[in-house]
Amino acid sequence: MNMTLRAMLGATVSLTLAGAALAETTITVATVNNGDMIRMQGLMDAFNAKHPDIKVEWVTLEENVLRQKVTTDIATKGGQFDVMTIGTYEAPIWGKQGWLVSLNDLPADYDVDDLLPAIRGGLTVDGNLVAAPFYGESSMVMYRTDLMEKAGLTMPDAPSWDFIREAAEKMTDKAGEVYGICLRGKAGWGENMAFLTAMSNSFGAKWFDMDWKPQFDQQPWKDTLTFYLDLMNNYGPPGASNNGFNENLALFQQGKCGMWIDATVAASFVTNPKDSTVADKVGFALAPDKGLGKRGNWLWAWNLAIPAGTQKEEAAKTFVAWATSKDYLALVAEKEGWANVPPGTRTSLYANPEYQKVPFAKMTLDSINAADPTHPTVDEVPYVGVQFVAIPEFQGLGTAVGQMFSAALAGSTSAEDALAQAQAMVTTEMTRSGYIK
Amino acid sequence: MSRKTTATRQAVVTVAAWTIGFLIFFPILWTIILSFKSEGDAIKAPLDVLTSTWSLESYHEVQERSNYLKHFWNSVVLSLGSTLLALLIAIPAAWSMAFVPGKRTKDLLMWMLSTKMMPAVGVLVPMYLMFRDFGLLDTRIGLVVVLTLINLPIVVWMLYTYFKEIPGEILEAARMDGANLRSEILYILTPMAVPGIASTLLLNVILAWNEAFWTLQLTTSNAAPLTQFIASYSSPEGLFYAKLSAASTMAIAPILILGWFSQKQLVRGLTFGAVK
Repeated sequence: MNMTLRAMLGATVSLTLAGAALAETTITVATVNNGDMIRMQGLMDAFNAKHPDIKVEWVTLEENVLRQKVTTDIATKGGQFDVMTIGTYEAPIWGKQGWLVSLNDLPADYDVDDLLPAIRGGLTVDGNLVAAPFYGESSMVMYRTDLMEKAGLTMPDAPSWDFIREAAEKMTDKAGEVYGICLRGKAGWGENMAFLTAMSNSFGAKWFDMDWKPQFDQQPWKDTLTFYLDLMNNYGPPGASNNGFNENLALFQQGKCGMWIDATVAASFVTNPKDSTVADKVGFALAPDKGLGKRGNWLWAWNLAIPAGTQKEEAAKTFVAWATSKDYLALVAEKEGWANVPPGTRTSLYANPEYQKVPFAKMTLDSINAADPTHPTVDEVPYVGVQFVAIPEFQGLGTAVGQMFSAALAGSTSAEDALAQAQAMVTTEMTRSGYIK
Repeated sequence: MSRKTTATRQAVVTVAAWTIGFLIFFPILWTIILSFKSEGDAIKAPLDVLTSTWSLESYHEVQERSNYLKHFWNSVVLSLGSTLLALLIAIPAAWSMAFVPGKRTKDLLMWMLSTKMMPAVGVLVPMYLMFRDFGLLDTRIGLVVVLTLINLPIVVWMLYTYFKEIPGEILEAARMDGANLRSEILYILTPMAVPGIASTLLLNVILAWNEAFWTLQLTTSNAAPLTQFIASYSSPEGLFYAKLSAASTMAIAPILILGWFSQKQLVRGLTFGAVK
């Protein structure tokens, strides 16, 4: 009897010990559905081999669904996620609220100084790095080298808006269904307003002055919108007010656009011979300027952040450090080739001679470096953000203004009316929110 | 003469009905077609899409990347669970409203329906907080309760209109024969209302299956149904139409088949009471 009891006790103890040794931490990672993130999910074996005690559970969602979900969760401290993929828009706002764990104590071999300054600047709040960049992007001009040659023009590395207009005019062949320029027209703060806000920076416009007064009644915004409408109405594809990134990508891949100004990440799509009919005829240039010292390109990064209050901070940090490390970039290069490495986060990547062979590498880096989220406009402004204003109200405001501008493109209102409406609406909202005293 | 007019009229009505039916079904048909194309072909002009090669590539990729069966099972549990629970509550409620109406029954019915008119996102934060505090986030039981409550007004309304059609005299006769309330509902009313209950059940299974706000907001992985499976394939930056179409087709296929086989009951249930 005694023996049996002892044996049972012994078994229990050894089972408990074995259980403790096998105990693994499961972390839930919320992420967006884009190529780089999906690729990482396929490379998790490498992480598991290094950290067998951490199990990663993925929740992949469409960007807007994800944004709503993680915002609800973090604002209510729901604790559903241990790592969240957030944009450069959320990072400063959430960081200021104290919702994110500081990443200042990442190990030395993480080499935080290697992060691109423009990207790191947008993710630092009061000296704390609140999110680690996974991939960064800017916007640039993608153009058809064959059509440019046919038009008798040479695209400079850093074109002006006037050149873009001239090239669009010469490349347009409406009978042959070739349109000189394709730009975003679909309403939304991350759709047409991302493009138009970045474009307006180069025209010397801004959303707000130092007293948070909206500036849509000023000449630079009038110039921006008129120029955009003129460009699109004369040389753009029909129905452009419904076009977002995907629609323009499809048009460009089918050879219907002479030029397209959009996210640098598009470069890998349009040069991929599997999907693109023009893969070998694409050139790249910096986003245009107006000679005022600012270019019309944006800056965005998808970043990994850890919500404050997670029970699994250590495991989450280990994962974030791995996913955004130099080693991870090397791992992707080894398994999938250099062109598939997540771009735009680390200086060392662009110093790598292998990576320099990727055709759009240099232009991506130059574009990112040409954007400064802390000084986005020609004049001084009270906000951070290139193609957005990092205040919680911006999502709503941006989308509402986007609808007015999209309506102007569709021809249902005039540029003047759209700007007047925007000015009135934004003034009301900013007064209500207490920015305008 | 009059017969001829009727024949022509019938032909016109038939053609119109088929045209409208086809127009409504077209997006689903197109989704199914795109799911059998490669990503490159899926974005071509419509005619080129039809003539391009067919492949199962997208289905393979979707299968590889996600656990379809897990999501499918969650959808089944959520939609059936919430519908059965709703019926359990709604049958007695509809019985009392139909056969022993009070002064305020009509108002009560309207009030119940009015809860459907509020935008769901308006109560997102309070709901999320309650779920957090009760530990119900990402659990099937929590979602079953929410979906039950969401569809309860419709279930009560449908059953109510159905029960109204049943002559009260039959129930009276049963009572005279000594049936108590329980056996009256169980053995007289329910069997007579089976077609109505069946169509209510079907419609609510479909509604719960397609519910895409709460199921997305309140789940992460364990309880995530097919709505989240679809959402993981949509992307504003990157063309994944073929994969998205394949995921959508896989998500709607079960309910499409169910709807196909039960369309008679569905139509009957939906139009019942409307011809009075």
